[in-house]
Amino acid sequence: MRPELIKEVKYVPYSGNMAAAEAMRQINPDVVAAYPITPQTELMQFFADFVANGLVDTEYIPVESEHSAMSACVGAAAAGSRAMTATAGPGLAYMWEVLGIASGMRLPIVMTVVNRALSAPINIHGDQSDMMGARDQGWIMLFSENAEEQYDNLIQAIKIAEDERTRLPVMVGMDGFVISHAIERVRLLPDKAVEEFIGEPKLMYPLLDVDNPVTHGPVAMTDSYMEFKRQQREAMMNAYKVIREVGEAFEEAFGKKYEHIETYKTEDADYILIIIGSTAGTAKYVIDKLRDEKGIKVGLIKIRTYRPFPYYDVMDAIEASNCKAVGVFDRAETFGAVGGPLYSDVATAMYLRNKHYPIVSFIYGLGGRDTNVHHIEEAIDKVMQAAAGKEVPFINYLNLNE
Amino acid sequence: MAEIKTAEIKVPPLKKLTNYPEKLAPGHRLCAGCGASIIIRQMFMVANALGYELIIANATGCVEVCTSIYPYTSWRSPWIHNAFENAAATISGVEAAYKALKRKGKLPTDKKVKFVALGGDGGTYDIGFQSLSGALERGHDFIYVCYDNEAYMNTGIQRSSATPKYANTTTQPVGSESLGKPQHKKWMPEVAAAHGIPYVAQVAPSHWKDFMEKFKKALLTKGPSYINAFAVCPRGWRSKEEEGILVTKMAVETNYWPLFEVENGKWRITHRPKNPKPIEEYLKLQGRFKHLFKPENQDKIKELQEEVNRRWEWLNKMEEISNREE
Ligand SMILES: Cc1ncc(C[n+]2csc(CCOP(=O)(O)OP(=O)(O)O)c2C)c(N)n1
Ligand code: SF4
Ligand SMILES: [Mg+2]
Repeated sequence: MRPELIKEVKYVPYSGNMAAAEAMRQINPDVVAAYPITPQTELMQFFADFVANGLVDTEYIPVESEHSAMSACVGAAAAGSRAMTATAGPGLAYMWEVLGIASGMRLPIVMTVVNRALSAPINIHGDQSDMMGARDQGWIMLFSENAEEQYDNLIQAIKIAEDERTRLPVMVGMDGFVISHAIERVRLLPDKAVEEFIGEPKLMYPLLDVDNPVTHGPVAMTDSYMEFKRQQREAMMNAYKVIREVGEAFEEAFGKKYEHIETYKTEDADYILIIIGSTAGTAKYVIDKLRDEKGIKVGLIKIRTYRPFPYYDVMDAIEASNCKAVGVFDRAETFGAVGGPLYSDVATAMYLRNKHYPIVSFIYGLGGRDTNVHHIEEAIDKVMQAAAGKEVPFINYLNLNE
Repeated sequence: MAEIKTAEIKVPPLKKLTNYPEKLAPGHRLCAGCGASIIIRQMFMVANALGYELIIANATGCVEVCTSIYPYTSWRSPWIHNAFENAAATISGVEAAYKALKRKGKLPTDKKVKFVALGGDGGTYDIGFQSLSGALERGHDFIYVCYDNEAYMNTGIQRSSATPKYANTTTQPVGSESLGKPQHKKWMPEVAAAHGIPYVAQVAPSHWKDFMEKFKKALLTKGPSYINAFAVCPRGWRSKEEEGILVTKMAVETNYWPLFEVENGKWRITHRPKNPKPIEEYLKLQGRFKHLFKPENQDKIKELQEEVNRRWEWLNKMEEISNREE
């Protein structure tokens, strides 16, 4: 950051929704199309206030559904503009068809997902089933642990999405209510610094260029469809590099490190927990407590980049520790499969390195169920038992009334 | 509502119109005699003549599938396909992007452009109904064109809410217990007009002067317009390829397909057949109604005639009421 801007850095008491809306104000997208759904509604309302008061130059489209929100973003991004939206739970599910179109058409749309449970039974509270259900739709997926990370991640997401090596949409998840509605201290960057960091969007085959008409979204038959998909995989692999580079650029500009994963006290840990989202914060507290009180050495790997999945980063961290067993925390179900979705990814990572650490799978926090300190302590206890060679149930539900 | 000053702007004569370069390239895969391609070419003729570039969002359906098989394209105009049900939402995003970039001085063009969403009856009356209604209500500056071939043709002649009563389709076929579709067609332009948008019209490419005049008005309208275009489908209707325009004319001359417009709330029938022909004259040209000509089904034809009369009377009433001096 330029020195004259440093004094404009502010520390404010903001919720995740406020922080995400503020990032959107500073990004100042050309088009925002959104539809309200708890717990994202507030975010949309904050942004609508910015529009109503002339604080952004955005064309704001209050669409009649999430399907149309994503469809309008596809149109806007293909036209050659910077397009953003936000949704949650059922809204993301309703967008599902168009999510794959956005990534298949290689459109750099950026979206906040305030993670919410899917129906039925209908439930407005936080869990990550929404994004986990959309994880094969070709979007880059980042998760935030707190409000400030949501803010920082959104700003980085613009650069990640628009990089010529990726040209993929990015969704950034934060846990519903626990992050979206809880007020925390958030560092806000100066408007100018954000503007300079994200830069001007690169135009690639804009639909609005009538002198060079382009056909977007054609039919691809059996002779070409697979090649398109292969290119998408290539772009997603490139994203692994691009996310890291953008994280480094962010650190250089603003002095805060962002990597694919965050490790917390893993170096000397005997037991490793792997968690996505806000519960990573609780886990850090528990880790400190157990080290202080009982000398038990637990470490944490927090997943920030979920797609592309950072297999090697995870394994590097595990192998560099004294790991005897791993506890994988999933805030989503995968009915009929072993463990949760994150479990499968971690197991794959081990396979890639030909390593076989005992893994205990935990399902937690579905539909906003609390995950408190003692639940994580219970989980660690199970991981320790597994490390000691004891029989531990394969899937464990935290804070379940059974 | 914005007043349309369209009288001074004239659509040039046909000879001149046909001199403009074709923006729908030959070689597309639409069936011989397909009405949809005629509609698109007539749209482009008017746009060319008035100096507009069309930017088109096309819903999934025959037109989309037959014009965009990679690595070829028939479109010499910017064109986007997103999905089946979201042409109107897609064009909303394109139009919003245009406004934003224009305001910021970042448009890649200074030409006159008009945004068009193009969908079949399935993408319009049925699955795309919500996104269309939303876009009309929000008032985006675009023209929605429905090429109405009265069924899901691309996927093999399945019924839609635009399919007329008693037509034979593959999802409500004629059989020992069935006479085809049990319900009448939805009155879609009337539904579009109920949104209070500045311009709605129903057109048929056989009556091309009327078509062009209406498409011109839609081009000059600020805000949303809806155009419902009769699109003969020889494949799905079991009609003769070479009789496409005859079938279209018969639809108009029997009053099955009334030509009308709703301009700033004023309804106007733009073509009044001198001696409307009986509905049989239209039905008999198409295999999809063949079963109605069995002696025991004569009352069904009568029923279809009554529906034609009902809509015609309704339109006449709307014309009268909406133009009444206060
Ligand atoms: C969400 C979704 N549902 C169903 C389909 C299958 N489908 C593709 S085109 C089509 C019918 C199109 O009918 P219409 O809009 O009338 O256009 P036409 O083919 O008659 O020109 C259907 C059912 C689809 N592509 N997407
Ligand atoms: S099936 Fe009908 S609508 Fe489709 S291309 Fe053939 S004639 Fe045209
Ligand atoms: Mg159709």
